[in-house]
Amino acid sequence: MTDPLFAQAGPVADGGSVMIIGALSDVGRALARVYGREGHPLILAARRVERLTADVQDLTMRFGVPVRSVELDVLDLAEHAAFLDGLGGLPDTVICVVGLLGRQQEAEKSWVQADLILRTNYLGPVCLLGEIANRMQTRGRGCIIGVSSVAGDRGRASNYLYGSAKAGFTAFLSGLRNRLSRYGVRVVTIKPGFIDTSMTRGMALPPALTAQPAEVAEAIWKAQVQGRDVVYLRPVWRLIMWIIRLMPESLFKKFKI
Amino acid sequence: MSAAGRKVRLSGWGRSPVAICPLLRPGTVTEAIGDGRNASSLIARGNGRSYGDASLNSAATLSTLRLDRLLAFDPVDGLLTAEAGLLLSDLLALFVPRGWFPPVTPGTRFVTLGGMLAADVHGKNHHIDGCFGDHVREFELLCGDGVVRRCSRSQNVDLFRATIGGMGLTGTILTVTLSLRRIETPWILQQTVRCRDLDETLAAFEAARSAPYSVAWIDCLAKGGGRGRALLYHGEHASSSAVPTGRRAPRLTTKPPRLRVPVDVPQWVLNGWTVQAFNALYYQQGRPGSTLIDYQHFFYPLDAIGDWNRLYGRRGFVQYQCVVPTAGGREALLQLLALISAGGSGSFLAVLKQFGSGCTPGQGGLLSFPMAGYTLAVDFPVTPAAFSLMLEMDKVVAGHGGRLYLAKDARMGSDMMRASYPDLDRFRAICSAVDPDRRYRSLLSERLAL
Ligand SMILES: Cc1cc2nc3c(=O)[nH]c(=O)nc-3n(C[C@H](O)[C@H](O)[C@H](O)COP(=O)(O)OP(=O)(O)OC[C@H]3O[C@@H](n4cnc5c(N)ncnc54)[C@H](O)[C@@H]3O)c2cc1C
Ligand SMILES: NC(=O)c1ccc[n+]([C@@H]2O[C@H](COP(=O)([O-])OP(=O)(O)OC[C@H]3O[C@@H](n4cnc5c(N)ncnc54)[C@H](OP(=O)(O)O)[C@@H]3O)[C@@H](O)[C@H]2O)c1
Repeated sequence: MTDPLFAQAGPVADGGSVMIIGALSDVGRALARVYGREGHPLILAARRVERLTADVQDLTMRFGVPVRSVELDVLDLAEHAAFLDGLGGLPDTVICVVGLLGRQQEAEKSWVQADLILRTNYLGPVCLLGEIANRMQTRGRGCIIGVSSVAGDRGRASNYLYGSAKAGFTAFLSGLRNRLSRYGVRVVTIKPGFIDTSMTRGMALPPALTAQPAEVAEAIWKAQVQGRDVVYLRPVWRLIMWIIRLMPESLFKKFKI
Repeated sequence: MSAAGRKVRLSGWGRSPVAICPLLRPGTVTEAIGDGRNASSLIARGNGRSYGDASLNSAATLSTLRLDRLLAFDPVDGLLTAEAGLLLSDLLALFVPRGWFPPVTPGTRFVTLGGMLAADVHGKNHHIDGCFGDHVREFELLCGDGVVRRCSRSQNVDLFRATIGGMGLTGTILTVTLSLRRIETPWILQQTVRCRDLDETLAAFEAARSAPYSVAWIDCLAKGGGRGRALLYHGEHASSSAVPTGRRAPRLTTKPPRLRVPVDVPQWVLNGWTVQAFNALYYQQGRPGSTLIDYQHFFYPLDAIGDWNRLYGRRGFVQYQCVVPTAGGREALLQLLALISAGGSGSFLAVLKQFGSGCTPGQGGLLSFPMAGYTLAVDFPVTPAAFSLMLEMDKVVAGHGGRLYLAKDARMGSDMMRASYPDLDRFRAICSAVDPDRRYRSLLSERLAL
């Protein structure tokens, strides 16, 4: 497709390969569309990999980039190394969108739900990205993008188990960035506020503060291209969370949020 | 199955009426089938570009926007299969660079394949290529009885014809297979003809009969001798030899428009005087002659401004689109234009187009709108005066054997519907056969007793 009469023909650049962990989520799907459009070969990782068949076909037809799907449960900690060995080459960029809001009230009473929330938002992603980071460090190149949440900036009654796990994940990404910056490996922290996805379906969200998955994906790609470290989505959330963090605890504890 | 739908305020493009509907948003065809089987009553919704109440059901409205995957493409004959929620804007962005174009396109590219099929949309090429449905090879339909049926000109033929133009009432269209057409360049060779009155305009349509695309922007407020004055545009896909060498590729947008109408404009702003002035200016600026313009400017001039439907204020607007048969068509148009200019509340510009007899006579959609003749589309603000004016226009249209377009309508009565769509009973019978409880319903189908 090099016909000069047509604009935007074919993949633009032969960018490095990108692995999306949590590819079945709305944000994961939107990311695949953006990175595919930009010409990156894609590896889509998810638990129920058979559900990715239509997406693999769609992405291949849309962008003509190599696309494949791989099965992965981030809670299978013991399998992470084997999983990475099986990829046939470490991806250039890894984006982790895995997350679980869970049921806060149930988690307050039952360790089973609490355990699942903590492992899905913290332990699983941390162990997997930690192993990937080690390999990227050895290679001397790579980019890790973790999708955390503004919920980790301050614990709130309505979702503090999720929030505390995301706080841990944010701190992990920060430490990893600090450790790897001198080895040519970049780490990007994404902190969305509200996103209109299956995680928030049925909730009444304020439209002005709620991002669409496609918008989140474009912003993540831009953050990588621009070399950003920490990105709030939508950007107004940086201000909101700054104010919320400044509130004295004596006042904050009285709020019902 | 996707989680229970969140209740949202929905409307069509005219922003009137508004309904609170639980919105189901399945992410896969399998989920859509689950949702469709579960709901007690529902209607599918594409991108909400129909103007009135066609894609609203306050029991459940199923959005197809997440069902937008390409499934197969044959680069030899241009046959594309995709999920029904694929946006035409995506299709264009992906296939124009490969030298393929949709067989029929409406005046906005922010519509879905399912919406184009369910309204059996027409484009500027209707006089030659017929409707969208004429180019659909087959589709998969989830019916009210829970069964998924494959429909084509050889399989479930009745259901095929009822679904084309059937406004979603036969079920949820899941996938669509259609044929794209080859183009050599993304450019259109456009001719502009200035016509001083209706007779000149109609003659210009006749003269442009062999042009693949044609449409006229008509000044509805011009009175007396200038009644029916118009700018007629016709065009064809430019071959590569028609494009000067060295001409650079056009700047095409793939993102939503930057320019948007940020607020609801108060209704008094668009009064008779401002509109009249605008129309006069528009008519003067049209330069007769031939130019090379990119397909986006030719087909989708309004898409450059986001949310332009807010121009008509919070109460919204309706688009009145009628068709009148060729015989007596000129007189009908003159009467309609006289009513509109006397009423003084017409839109910026109205669109006039000549329809052909279709390319599959007797085999098209049972409720498809087009018939050989002239179609006129005018926007009106939602005001009592405009509504009584439209009742007068109804009489002219009905009196001449014409009808109104369901994808635009928000106000017609069921009598006019019954009188002007002769295949309605047959349509109903086909719906009942695959949906005994008539679970597929919309505000439109209830209003018109479809
Ligand atoms: C600026 C503008 C210009 C236009 N120009 C033209 C034109 O030139 N010619 C023309 O013909 N039309 C035109 N239209 C109308 C538009 O093309 C149609 O209303 C089209 O149906 C809108 O598609 P949508 O995806 O937005 O569907 P919606 O508006 O969401 O739905 C329209 C109908 O299709 C049904 N439907 C949608 N998806 C499905 C599905 N998957 N299964 C079953 N039913 C479904 C809905 O139930 C509803 O009855 C124009 C509209 C605008 C806003
Ligand atoms: N939605 C919001 O408002 C919001 C706000 C701030 C941050 N975020 C974060 O944004 C990210 C994307 O979330 P989303 O809104 O798109 O929600 P989502 O649809 O629920 O996505 C979560 C994804 O995580 C995957 N996942 C869960 N457990 C897994 C495991 N053990 N192994 C592998 N994958 C697993 C899920 O896979 P399955 O499909 O297999 O279940 C799902 O694809 C999450 O990290 C979320 O915390 C969301």
